[in-house]
Order: sequence, then structure tokens, then C-alpha cells
Amino acid sequence: MDILSLLNYPFVQRALICGIAISFCAAIIGVILVLKKYSMIGHGLGEVGFASLTLAVALNLPPLYVSIPLVIIAAFLIMLISQKKGESGDITIALVSSGALAVGVIVTALTKGFSVDVYNYMFGSILAMSWSDVILSVILSVALIVIYILFYNRLFSITYDEKYAKTCGISVTFYQFLISLITALVVVLGMRLMGTLLISSLIVFPGIIARKLTNSFKGMVILSAIISVVCFIVGILISFVLNLPTGASIVAVYILLLLITTLYNKILD
Amino acid sequence: MSVLEVKNLQTSYNGHIALENINFSVNEGEYICLVGENGSGKSTLIKTIVGLHKKDNGEIILNEKLENISYLAQNNLVDVEFPATAKEIIMTGVQKHKVLPFYTKKDYKNFEEICDLLKIKDFVDKRIGNLSGGQRQRIMLGRALIRKPKMLILDEPFSGLDINITKELYEMLDKLNKENKMTIIMATHDLDEINQKNVRVIELSKTIKFDGNITDWKGMN
Repeated sequence: MDILSLLNYPFVQRALICGIAISFCAAIIGVILVLKKYSMIGHGLGEVGFASLTLAVALNLPPLYVSIPLVIIAAFLIMLISQKKGESGDITIALVSSGALAVGVIVTALTKGFSVDVYNYMFGSILAMSWSDVILSVILSVALIVIYILFYNRLFSITYDEKYAKTCGISVTFYQFLISLITALVVVLGMRLMGTLLISSLIVFPGIIARKLTNSFKGMVILSAIISVVCFIVGILISFVLNLPTGASIVAVYILLLLITTLYNKILD
Repeated sequence: MSVLEVKNLQTSYNGHIALENINFSVNEGEYICLVGENGSGKSTLIKTIVGLHKKDNGEIILNEKLENISYLAQNNLVDVEFPATAKEIIMTGVQKHKVLPFYTKKDYKNFEEICDLLKIKDFVDKRIGNLSGGQRQRIMLGRALIRKPKMLILDEPFSGLDINITKELYEMLDKLNKENKMTIIMATHDLDEINQKNVRVIELSKTIKFDGNITDWKGMN
């Protein structure tokens, strides 16, 4: 199949624009989440996204109308419980994600004619993106880049040393909620393309790979964004050509790159 | 002029009262060492003053703007693998309350001055986790000093470091206090390394056991 001729298909154009925008956002917010040891939040919110999608289908409502508020509430709850109760982020995420998955499965079991949609929700589909998703993804990306540039130094300060940032008078809680909000939006927009089970890989992998290749935070942010977009494009092309699920193909590319960078570091050592 | 007033302070740690009936005030340019056994409440008092620990009762009145106060903790290394250069970390000390934190030319000029003062130019572009303990603590002192604070609050800043480095860093604090009139409040147990005669010692053991000149304190201990 001629790869360039694929670009003539509107569904391919939509998937590419959405995917590039979301991968970029997921990577730069992912740097903070990986370094703050909140890597699993994407996975937890993906499960909440799954529950919200099943609810939307059961109630016959547009998916984003249900997903966006529910996933944002879940992200805030995870951050709030972790902060107030002093629980580690992972425990809270595990509780929220297993609870959400249970809700999703129960709703699926109680609703008839659901099986095909469930598979697509869990593992992603390039056919899932509409033009309104494209517009939303681009708006979100632009907004995120502006927020990231404006608050870059402060986000770095909080990511490196939250206590020190607090002594400087920075409202750590405000920035944590801002990070939660952005993460929730990235998850909601990306989960139908990547699948609710694989959306977290878009957040986690670029940061983990970039971290192996740079000594600076700025370097990690820039490299993560580049790695994320390149891996997305390569992964989605593989999925078109070999007719494989999109999310899984992209994750396979990430794993391959992670293995190469790990090997490269071992050789350098 | 009093820059800090602590009145009837009471704080708890893990459900136990760590400090009670704490009263003292700090004048501009004073050099204060908080001493006491482990668990005497030195760190708790420092953390309560800088807002990292909640007080149960009492008052802490800071008559100094937040951007004029800097804090240096005992162990600042969050994660050895954290990808950040020493320069990136020093620059985070510039953060100003309620102002968008873009670094200015003046901030970069201050950075150069700090590099010269702390002799850190050779390793500012290295990853923080790759530096030795002494180099790392210089970087953290750099982060605390880059905003040119009027008051420096330190929590056992040099514990665990090589004796020569500790001596050198204490001399630097002496200099900052004498030449820049910087107010210093420091929890420590290394009073032997402090050569200044006008240091005020506050000894804690849940309450204040001693409050006076270092020479008098040394004479009693």
C-alpha cells in the first residue's frame, strides 16, 4: 500500500492530527508525572474513561460529555486523597482505577449489544476520531503549550522540590490541580485513539526514554515531545500497513525504542 | 528591628507535642543557632517558621517579605536519577511569589555571582545526581542565595559533609552575616565550627532551655 496515498483519507488525516497533538501534550505533561512518580495516573484515568464511555453508551449520550467531567473529577479526587490522607499516589490510583473498571464492566454487562464498542474503547481505533475531536485536540494542545511556557520554571521547581517551592510561597496545590486537569483532558481526548488500557503509555514512555538520554529537565521535555510525535507517526503507519490496532502498534514502537536506548546506555557505560 | 517574632508557639509531631511555650524574637542581622539533642524540636521549629509544618497554637510573625527569605534543608536530593543540571536547580531559587517566573538578565547576573562566590562554575552544567555531597550542598546553598535574601533559614545544612567543606561553608555564612548583614537562623549541632563571637544560641528541648551568647553557652557545656 502506498503510504502517501493514505493521507487522502479523511479518517487518516483526523487520526494523524489528533494523534500528533495528543502525543505532544501527553509527552510534556508526562515528564512531570514520571518524575513525580505519578506514572500510573494515566492508567487509572484511562479506566475511569472506560467506565464513563460505557455509561455514555448506556445512557445514549455523546461520549465526551460524560467522559470529560468524570475523568476530571477522578483526577482531582486522586490528587486530593493523595494530599490530604498522605496516601501514596499509587495506592489512590489503584483504588480509583479498579473501582472504575468494575463500574464499566457492570454497566457493560447490564447493557445489550456492547461487545464491539468495548473492544474499541479498550484497545483504540483510528476510526474513532471525529472533526470535533480534531478541533478539541488542537485547542487543548495550544492551550497546554501556552500554560507550559508561562509556568515552566514554576512547574519545574515543584517537580524537583515541592517543599522548597512551598517555602517560596508557590501554591503547590494549585499547580497539582492544574497538572491533574491537563492529564485528565489528555486522557479523555487520547483514549479513543489509543484505547483506555493503552493511553497511559503515551504519557509514560516518552518521558522514560528521554530521561535515559539527557541530563537536564529542559532536555527531557524537548526530547519527550520529539520522541512521542515520531513514535506516534511510525506506530500509526505500521498499524495502517499491517492492519493492526493503533494503540498497540504505537506501544510496540515505544518498547523497541526503549530497548534500543537502554542498550545504547549500557554500551556507553 | 525585629524581623521574626515567635509567640507562645506550640507544635505537634505524630500526635506528640514537639514544642511548647516557645517565645523569642530575631533582630535584623542576627546570627542564631538552634541547638539541642535529636528530637528536641530544632527541625520542627525551622519547618514551622518556613510554613512546612502546621502550628497548633501561638503566633509566628515574619516582618520580612517572602522573597527576601530563603530556606536550605538538610538533605535536598530528591532523586539521584532526576534529570536536572545544577544550573537549572540554582535558578529555581529565583521564584517570586505572585509573579510569573521568567528569569531576567539580573537573575542570570546573580547566577554568575553565585558561581564565583561558591566556586561552582566547573560543575553547574552537570546532572545534580552526579555531584558529590559537598558539591550538591553548595548548589543548594546557591539556590538559597541567588535571590539575595535578607534572611537565611537553614536546617542542619552541612550534616554528613566532609569536615573541610563544612568549615568552608560555615566561613561563608559568617561572611554573609558580617558583610551583607544577612539574618541567619540555623538548626545545627556543629557549634565548634562557628568562630563568630556574636552568635546567639537558642537551646531547645521541647521548650527553650537557653537563650544567650555562644561564648556563655560554650562555657556552660
